[in-house]
Amino acid sequence: MGAFDGNEPLLVAALRRREEAAFVALVKRYHSLMLRVAYAQLNDVAASEDVVQETWLAVIKGIDSFQGRSSLRTWMFRILTHQASARRERDGRQIPFSALASADAVAAEPSVESSRFFSRDHGPRPYFWVSDPREWPEDALLAAEARSVIATAVRQLPDSQRVVITLRDLEGWAPGEVCEALGISDGNQRVLLHRARSRVREVLDEYLGNGGR
Amino acid sequence: MTPPPLQITCKEFAELVTAHEDGVLPERDRIRFESHSERCPGCRAYLQQFRLTIGALRSLPRETAEPDNLDELTRTFRDSEPPAQS
Repeated sequence: MGAFDGNEPLLVAALRRREEAAFVALVKRYHSLMLRVAYAQLNDVAASEDVVQETWLAVIKGIDSFQGRSSLRTWMFRILTHQASARRERDGRQIPFSALASADAVAAEPSVESSRFFSRDHGPRPYFWVSDPREWPEDALLAAEARSVIATAVRQLPDSQRVVITLRDLEGWAPGEVCEALGISDGNQRVLLHRARSRVREVLDEYLGNGGR
Repeated sequence: MTPPPLQITCKEFAELVTAHEDGVLPERDRIRFESHSERCPGCRAYLQQFRLTIGALRSLPRETAEPDNLDELTRTFRDSEPPAQS
């Protein structure tokens, strides 16, 4: 975030002094991410935009009382998640996002297609690889095409998996920050992350020509 | 003599990778995971693929956007009241 990147106390102090540059940097840094996180919870572009607007207004209103007990971004995204769940309720959706995420985590499919392993009653090697995975070339994923395959794979993930992998891997947040921001348990965020990464790995393996081996 | 059992299967190994990378596996499972990996070339390759995947995800360019009403929001910010006493 320009001059404030990595220096949160400085950024918070600037926001409290109402320095416009600090606010603009904050908005530019997080607006897109907020939209994506809101969309994962609402599946409605217009509603997501409303909720992100409400969140910015709440951030402006609340910045003076921000205690710094969590990181600034965790605090902002917790506000976003609260606004999104209020919106879900108002729209008559009975089930909160955290409950959906938890149901998704419970229902998670195996990380690797079952056909890649011997069956349980296979004599000497039950649940071992039918044919061993092979290492990828270290530079295989640096190509622009590989990046676009990855971005597409992420976009196509189910909402709860997509939002967790976005925060954990694309944005590099710590597990605790993700749990707090989304109101989900540590176990659930990890199951969703693992399932999401496993799916991206699978797509890449197919892309690299190793599919089904 | 037959070699000692690998203790976890490859299928189980594949389910534990993220917990291992996050450092949250209980000690016993961590040892099983790591000794399986030492003995199983297939799972070692799987782990390499998984780590490359995470690395590539982390290096994707960041998407950015700004709201249409950034100027208006910024005015609201500027004109908002700091607390009465600081």
